Formats: sequence, structure tokens, C-alpha cells
Amino acid sequence: MGTSLDIKIKRANKVYHAGEVLSGVVVISGKDSIQHQGVSLTVEGSVNLQLSAKSVGVFEAFYNSVKPIQIINSTIEMVKPGKFPSGKTEIPFEFPLHVKGNKVLYETYHGVFVNIQYTLRCDMRRSLLAKDLTKTCEFIVHSAPQKGKLTPSPVDFTITPETLQNVKERALLPKFLIRGHLNSTNCVITQPLTGELVVESSEAAIKSIELQLVRVETCGCAEGYARDATEIQNIQIADGDVCRSLSVPIHMVFPRLFTCPTLETTNFKVE
Amino acid sequence: MAVFPWHSRSRNYKAEFASCRLEAVPLEFGDYHPLKPITVTESKTKKVSRKGSSSSTSSSSSSSVVDPLSSVLDGTDPLSMFAASADPAATDSSRKRRDRDENAIVGSDFEPWASKRGEILARYTTTEKLSINLFMGSEKGKAGTATSAMSEKVRTRLEELDDFEEGSQKELLNLTQQDYVNRIEELNQSLKDAWASDQKVKALKIVIQCSKLLSDTSVIQFYPSKFVLITDILDTFGKLVYERIFSMCVDNHSVLPDHFSPENVNDTAKETCLNWFFKIASIRELIPRFYVEASILKCNKFLSKTGISECLPRLTCMIRGIGDPLVSVYARAYLCRVGMEVAPHLKESLNKNFFDFLLTFKQIHGDTVQNQLVLQGVELPSYLPLYSPAMDWIFQCISYHAPEALLTEMMERCKKLGNNALLLNSVMSAFRAEFIATRSMDFIGMIKECDESGFPKHLLFHSLGLNLALADPPEGDRLQILNEAWKVITKLKNPQDYVNCAEVWVEYTCKHFTKREVNTVLADVIKHMTPDRAFEDSYPQLQSIIKKVIAHFHDFSVLFSVEKFLPFLDMFQKESVRVEVCKCIMEVFIKHQQEPTKDPVILNALLHVCKTMHDSVNALTLEDEKRMLAYLINGFIKMVSFGRDFEQQLSFYVEARSMFCNLEPVLVQLIHSVNRLAMETRKVMKGNHSRKTAAFVRACVAYCFITIPSLVGIFTRLNLYLHSGQVALANQCLSQADAFFKAAISLIPEVPKMINIDGKMRPSESFLLEFLCNFFSTLLIVPDHPEHGVLFLVRELLNVIQDYTWEESSDDKIRIYTCVLHLLSAMSQETYLYHIDKVDSNDSLYGGDSKFLAENNKLCETVMAQILEHLKTLAKDEALKRQSSLGLSFFNSILAHGDLRNNRLNQLSVNLWHLAQRHGCADTRTMVKTLEYIKKRSKQPDMGHLTELALRLPLQTRT
Repeated sequence: MGTSLDIKIKRANKVYHAGEVLSGVVVISGKDSIQHQGVSLTVEGSVNLQLSAKSVGVFEAFYNSVKPIQIINSTIEMVKPGKFPSGKTEIPFEFPLHVKGNKVLYETYHGVFVNIQYTLRCDMRRSLLAKDLTKTCEFIVHSAPQKGKLTPSPVDFTITPETLQNVKERALLPKFLIRGHLNSTNCVITQPLTGELVVESSEAAIKSIELQLVRVETCGCAEGYARDATEIQNIQIADGDVCRSLSVPIHMVFPRLFTCPTLETTNFKVE
Repeated sequence: MAVFPWHSRSRNYKAEFASCRLEAVPLEFGDYHPLKPITVTESKTKKVSRKGSSSSTSSSSSSSVVDPLSSVLDGTDPLSMFAASADPAATDSSRKRRDRDENAIVGSDFEPWASKRGEILARYTTTEKLSINLFMGSEKGKAGTATSAMSEKVRTRLEELDDFEEGSQKELLNLTQQDYVNRIEELNQSLKDAWASDQKVKALKIVIQCSKLLSDTSVIQFYPSKFVLITDILDTFGKLVYERIFSMCVDNHSVLPDHFSPENVNDTAKETCLNWFFKIASIRELIPRFYVEASILKCNKFLSKTGISECLPRLTCMIRGIGDPLVSVYARAYLCRVGMEVAPHLKESLNKNFFDFLLTFKQIHGDTVQNQLVLQGVELPSYLPLYSPAMDWIFQCISYHAPEALLTEMMERCKKLGNNALLLNSVMSAFRAEFIATRSMDFIGMIKECDESGFPKHLLFHSLGLNLALADPPEGDRLQILNEAWKVITKLKNPQDYVNCAEVWVEYTCKHFTKREVNTVLADVIKHMTPDRAFEDSYPQLQSIIKKVIAHFHDFSVLFSVEKFLPFLDMFQKESVRVEVCKCIMEVFIKHQQEPTKDPVILNALLHVCKTMHDSVNALTLEDEKRMLAYLINGFIKMVSFGRDFEQQLSFYVEARSMFCNLEPVLVQLIHSVNRLAMETRKVMKGNHSRKTAAFVRACVAYCFITIPSLVGIFTRLNLYLHSGQVALANQCLSQADAFFKAAISLIPEVPKMINIDGKMRPSESFLLEFLCNFFSTLLIVPDHPEHGVLFLVRELLNVIQDYTWEESSDDKIRIYTCVLHLLSAMSQETYLYHIDKVDSNDSLYGGDSKFLAENNKLCETVMAQILEHLKTLAKDEALKRQSSLGLSFFNSILAHGDLRNNRLNQLSVNLWHLAQRHGCADTRTMVKTLEYIKKRSKQPDMGHLTELALRLPLQTRT
């Protein structure tokens, strides 16, 4: 197969905001000249929802996948049927990222039950003898940075055996007291989560302190909605028996693809 | 063949000498002289090269005359041309270098990590079994997939990361230390391989796994070494990532300069860089996350200008999360190391590291650590020193070019903490020596207060001593410091600890105090090291003590008056060490002893030392070793002088001979020394020996005569016989001189065909030829013995030469005969070319007696017959060239020494001339020159007959 099709997006990080122009080139290369029935380019954006097995049962989860919600779908004809000369041909393109109607371009997000994905697809239709060529390429949409200054909302917390939930035998727990604070409970997604944690006392030797980032996804469907909390990332912030009453920093960079700003729509919700 | 009679030309040496001498011309300053240095003025060169002219530009100081060197070179002097072209580049690069130096605060005086590395590896070792826990995920080879969807790629990578965390766990148990090191080295290699084969994920995995090993403190004694090994891998990784991203920035047209700003970095590179950081930020465990991020700290440069300065404090804080104090202190050391490398100007984070460390310091005595130590069976005194390398490094980084105030503040902080011996030690090993030295009394106070149970005190004194050896404490405190310190040191029970401390403090003592204190210290060392033969285990330290002492006491009379010095030497009972020490002493002696000595203390001690060295020589000693020893002993012998007390001197030489009989070079030196002594005596007596001095000189000669036969080298013996014979002759010991010459003559038949020179076998004939020529010139002045016949030495020598088996293919025998001819014609002169004062040579003995001359001529005839005989045998094809050249040289000899007025001799020379030319082998230029010479000579008075000769010598033209 001497013919290949490739899409090169201009921005290296492939990140675009709503309203911007997605630009790039389609590269077609082959040894011989290529006969084709036209080349078209499609931008698609959709939200895929899946119900969690926990909330609706295995079968329903399997069958009842909610229909994907289309955010954007537009096609342009790049080249009319004809012939490409041998060698490399580059066709530049530009796509304004606008949505029709009242739809919103959500941020790209790969979750467990909710998936928001944008793809750019290039199709080359060819005669009966040769297969059509397709190339897809994902690009990423970030919502425009929020306007107005975010007011930080610092919060202090204390953890003791008493504050723990889901504990069976409270008496068996060793005594400990951990204080700490987060600089803000309301974080800008591009900035890391920061804070401090102080082990004031602990009877038992500490093995490890870990920080868990949890997301809550809620999917709405016919039978109401499903709400699930899943772990995105778990990082250790202390290893071994840390020094008492010395603050340990809390620092977590949000993994960009797997988190997104809190989002609420009629059909689904990500927190 | 007719016998040709020999007629020597009578010569007037004085007149010849006068006519041959060059005329001395006074030289005016500024005149041209070929030996004057040529100064190339560069400014001129530059000017010309700019104009592009190619004329000669080198100007010598002699401007009037054309410099022969530059006139040969038509054009610019290549050297100055090079200098001119290289100059701008050189200044450019030097400017760059200067710039760089200004930017990087770390200068060459900062002790690099590399030098610490080896030290740590050598020091922290273990015999216990180690284990490596490695999780190696199944390799899916996904790294090479060309999915352009970025998110997908990231997802697969993250999946892989997750994957191998659950993946097969490979635990290698029961590794010895060496296995462990090899294993780590393997990992390092596989990291490079993975990188090279574009398996970035695998590379990252390896790095994460490796850094995970650092959280394991199971064999705690090995931890520092493990740290070193693993940070090597991290460094490799950091470098690979940096270079990769750097190479991405290189466009087709431009290469990033060394000091680039983030704006110049293109998007792809930035994106890759960010990806790395995101990936690392999602590493679950703290320690790998920290180490890996620290290892690629440098890459922050691609992202933003302030990146590093923001990252460092964050990483510093992150270390707080590491619970184990040992692990955390090493993490800090690594961060400091990377920080110093990448951004040496960011001092704050270094300080913060230090203060954080102080906060966690009390943890060392916490329960967790104690439990762990009990579990591993490690005592606190051996646990605490494990901190030293990391702390030393942190302290060194902080104190580098730090203001005094900061250091003082740090010290105050250290003081406040309880049981701060560990801190003190690091402070002392990392801070500037001057800083420590000025406060040494404070330090001693602090050391004393330290808890004995924790950090071993001898290590503290060791560190303090090291500082004091480098910098001087205030004048007034010096003695007190020594007293206080030594009070503690002397109480140390363990001889190993003791000697380690003593070794360091000896230097301080030597530097600032007199021999009395040094003596006390040495005595104390002896006292400690003698029981149970403790010295056997600490030879290196004792050796170093000796070295330090002799490095400071250059005056050997003082050194040997230190009473305990020699008893100290007696502690070195293992021979190899003993010899080593002796060598050191002798080296210093040779280096520093300026004038000859006769101090009996020095002589006795050094003779003892030399004897020790000499006695170590046995059949197995290497040649080099022997040469070294001989050199040292010779150095000593040369330095001994009793002034005018020649007899004493001779008896010293006699003693030395009996002591050093195994080292040939020493014996040779002794013979030379004795010969010199004899000549000194002659000089003192101005040539007129009294009865006493005559007897003394004869004793000297006898010394040589009996020493020479004990030597092995045949040419050494021959030359020494000749030399000693000359000395004997000069001192009017005629019969002794005869004995020497006879001995030399009788030795010649023993000369082997091949001799060993510097390990190679070489034919000996050329050496023999050289020696014989030398010998002949001495024989000229040796008077004949009244009881033997005329010229008996020459005759004997001729017989020996005749019987010697010469190489078939060489003409050395004939060359020697030609020389003999020269000798004989010189002997037939009325007055000889040179004489020895007070010795009547044959010229005055015989006074030109005709019988003597006849005898002489007869000898000549025999020799000539031999030469001609030989020339005849060379008439074969392959030997024609030799025949020609020999013929010509014989011709020249006749020309120089023979009387050509004699017809037959004249005829012979003409024949030889023809012989030389006959086969066209002769060098025409030489022939022409020779002929010119003859013509020139013929113009001199009494030389008219040469004109006629010249006419009879045709020149063969080459066709």
C-alpha cells in the first residue's frame, strides 16, 4: 500500500478553546498518483454515557447504554473527485469551532461513565477497487479560562479516629490527631491542589499517608440517574513514620484528561 | 704484496693549533647573529593579513639583515599566521568562558560530587545479603505505536504504568554486594538501551523502580552506597530526557544557545516536557515521584524562567513527607546536588533543606528508628555515621561561598539541639577550614559536652584535626587546643580509632610545634600501638604519620634528634612497609638536604635506613625497584662529606661498600666517589703529594682496584678500569695505573658479542670500538715500564684485538687498526700532544731515540699490512662499497699522519685513491672535497710535495 493519509494539527498540544479556529493540514502521500472520489473532513464531538453496574445492575448497564449526545458534527468537502499527483500533497484546512444552537462545547474528558471526546476525521473515498481511506485524530477542547478572579476558599480539617466514617470497631483504632488545611477547596484545574497536613500525634507508627482524588459522575437516564464516585488518582504524600507536628505539603497536579471542571447539564454531571 | 714502510709526518702541534683556530671577532650589539632570538611582532602580521598581501611579514630583531628563517618561507610565517587567525577565536572563547563562570557560581573550588562518590562506595560496604525488588511489567511494546491521538498515547502509557505495578514481581534475594552493584549497572545499561530503542515508557519504569529501591532501608549499612548507585541511574535518566528535549528544540536553521530562554523553545518541545512532568506527577509513591522529578529538574528551563525556583522549594517541602530520617536526608542531599548543578544561585532552598532537616533531627532518636536498628542489630554509633556523606554534602552546598553570618547562625542552631555530635561532625567537614579553625576552642568545648553513646567522639576529633591541618587557629590557642584534644585522644581504647585520630593530629602538631611536642606525640603513639602488636593492623596510618612528620621537618639533624623517631620506625615490622617508609624518608632527604653533611646522627640513622632498603633486595626484586633504591642510596652517598677529613671520608666509603654490596649502581657510585676523593687530594696538594697523601691516594686506588671486579656489567668494568687508571696516572701511581690498564686489556677478550641494554640485546662491537678509541688516547701518555719491552701495553692490546673474534661483516677491526696507526704516529712525535703533570711520557723517556722509532715503525708496518690484507678480501661484489669507503678512510689517515714525501707511501696513497674510485662506489662530492683540501694544504709551507700528489689523483667523472 503506497498511499497514506495523515492529519497534522497545527498546535502541538492539540488544545483548542471554543470559538477558535482549528487548523492544520491533511497530508496525502503515495508513490503513484492517486485516483479518488473526493476527500472530506469531519469534526465530531460527542458525550458518551455509560451506566454503572453498581447503580442499575449488570444487564441494564450492558444494554442500557445511553445514546451518545452529539455536541458538534460538521463536514466539509476538501477536494472534489480527481487525482493526486505522486509524492506528498498537503492540503491545509481550517475549522471554526462553533456550535449550533444552545449547545456548549464541553471540555474533553475521559471518565469511567462519562466520556467527552472530539475527533477530526478525514475520509478519502475511492473507486470500488480500492478501499476508502480514513484517518481519525483526536483533539482536545478546553473551556475558556474562567473570567473574574476566583476567590480562594481555604479550609481547615482535622482527622481523628472519631471523624472517620465507615469504621467498624472504633475502639481498635489507635489514637491519632491529624490537622491540616487546603488552600482552596475550589481549584482552578490547571493549578495543582495545594495544602498542608500536620501529624500532631499518633500512637501507632505511620506507614504512609495518601491523597486520593475522587470524581463523582452522575448520569441521568430514563430510570432516574446514577451517581458514582471513582478514584482518579492516588498519590502518596508521606512515606514512613513522619515527624510529628511538622507540616507535610499536599500537592497534586490534576491529570488533565481525566478530570474536568465541575460540570452540570441536564443529562449528566461531573464533579 | 709489497710491505709498505710507515713514515710518520712530524708535526708541530702548537703551530697547527694556532693555524686551525677560528679568528675571534667581537660582536657589536645589534648586529645580526644567527643565534639571536627572532621576535615575531604580531601587530604587523595582522595588518598585513588584513590587506591580504602575501609578502614576508615576520620581522626579526635584526632588521638590517634578512632573517634566514623567514626568507626561506616565502610568505607569512605559518606560526604567526596561525596565531593571528586563532586569536579572535581564542579571545572569543575565553570571553565566553568568563561569562559562563559569572553565571555559574560554582567554581572549581567546589568539591564535585564525583569525588565523593568513590569515597562513599568504598566506605559503606556490607557483607550481608541484599535483595532487589523489581516489578517488571509485561512488555507490550506499545511505545512504538504511531497513534497520533495524544490522549490515547497517554492512556496507553498510564495503563502500562498501572500494569506493571500489578505486574509480575521479581524479587532477587540473597545478592552479595558485588552482585547488587552489577545488577544496578545492568539496569543502568538497560535504561540506556530502552531509551535508545525509543521505549521511553520502559525507561521511565526502570527509573521509577530504581528510585523505589531507595525507600528500602533493610540493609542499612549499605544505604549510602545504594544511594550513590541509584542516583547514577537517575542522573543518566535526567541527562537523557534533557538532551532529548533539547534536540527537539533544534530547528533546521538554529541551534539553541547554552543560555536560552523559554520563549525560544518551540511548542513540541514544551509539550513533550510538560508531558514528562505530568507523567511524573502521577507516580503514586512519594519517593520515586520525588527522585524522578528531581532528576529532570533541569528540564524546567524549557518551560519557564522561574520554573526551577518554584520547583525547588516545593520539592524541599515534599521531602518532609518522607518518614525515615536516613532516607529523607539522602533525598535532601540529592536535591541539593541537583539544585547546585542546575541553579547554584538559588541558595534559599538549600537553607530550607537544612532547617527542615534540623526540625526532623530528633526523629533519629525516635522509637521507629530505634526499633529498626534493634531489628537489624545495628548499634547507634555505627548508624549515625551513615548520615555523614549526605549531611556533609548538604553542608558543603550551603556553606559554599556563604557569608560568615549564615554559618554562625547555622552553628547556633546546631548547638541548640541535643546530642548534636552528628551535626558537629558535618559542620566540621563541610565548612571552610578557616572558619572552624578560628573557633576551634568552641568546638572542643562542644565535642566534650557531647553524649558519648551517640556519635563516636574520635570521629569528631578526626574531623577537627583535618580542619586544623588546613587552616591555622589563632596563635594563642594553639597549645591549649593540642592539649585538650590529645587528652581525649590518648584515652581512646580502640587502637584503630586512636591511630586514625593521631594520624590527623600529627600534622597539626608538626605544623605549629617544635620537636619536643612531636616527640611526645610519637611516644604516645608508640605506647598505644605496641600492646598486642596493634601496629600490624594500621600500617597505612602509621606510614602517613611518618610522611607528615618528615614533610614538616626538613632539617634532618632535628628530625633524628626527635628521640622517638627511630623507635617509631621500628614499629614497621613488615618488610615491604618498612622499605616503603625508608624510601619516603630518603626521597625527602634527597629533595631537601641542600649541602653535604657529616653529622654523625644523620649518618648513622640514614645508613640504617639505607641498609634496610638495601637488605630488602633479593633475587625476586624487580629491576626498576633496584634502580630506585640505588638512586636513593646514591643520593645519600653524594650528600656525605667530611670536608677536609679525607681519611674519614674513605673509611665511610669502605663502610658503605660493605653495606651496599648488592646494588651495582651504588658500587659504581662509590668508585667514582673514591676517584673523586683522590683527585681532590691531588688538588689540595697542588699536584705534589707528600708521603702521607701519596699513601692515601694509593689506598684510594687500591679501593677501586678491588671493588671493580665485583661488578657484573662488562663495559662498566672496562670504563671504570680506564677511568681509575687515569686517576692513578694523574696521581703518579704508575704501577697501579699499569695494573688497571692490564686488567682492562685482559678483560677485553671476555666482551660478549651481544650485550643487554635496557632489556634489548644489542651487538657490543660499537661499544667496544668506542672504548678502545678512548683507551688509545690514554695509552699515548702512559710511560713504558722499565722492565717490559718497548710499548708493551700497545703490543698486548694489539694481540688481544688480533685474537678477538670480530663480526665477519663489519670493518670495526680495521677501524681500530686505523686508530692504532694514529696512535703510533702520535707516539713517534718529538713532543706529544698532551701530558700529565709530573708524569714523564715516552717522548721524554726515549727522547726520540731511533731504536724506539724503529720499533714503532715496525709496529706500523704490521698494522698496515693487516689493513691492506683486509682491503683485499673485500674485493667481492657485495663488499665493494665497504672497500671503497675503507680505502678512502685509510687514504685520509695517510694524508693526515703519514709523510708523503716518502715515495712508497705516496704510491700507496695514489693506489688507495684509485681503489676508492675503481668501482664507482665512491661519493663524488667527498672525493672532490678531499682533492680541494689537498690542493689547499699544498699551498702551506713545507707541503709543496702535495701539489705533485694532487696531480696524480684523477677525479672519476660519473657517466
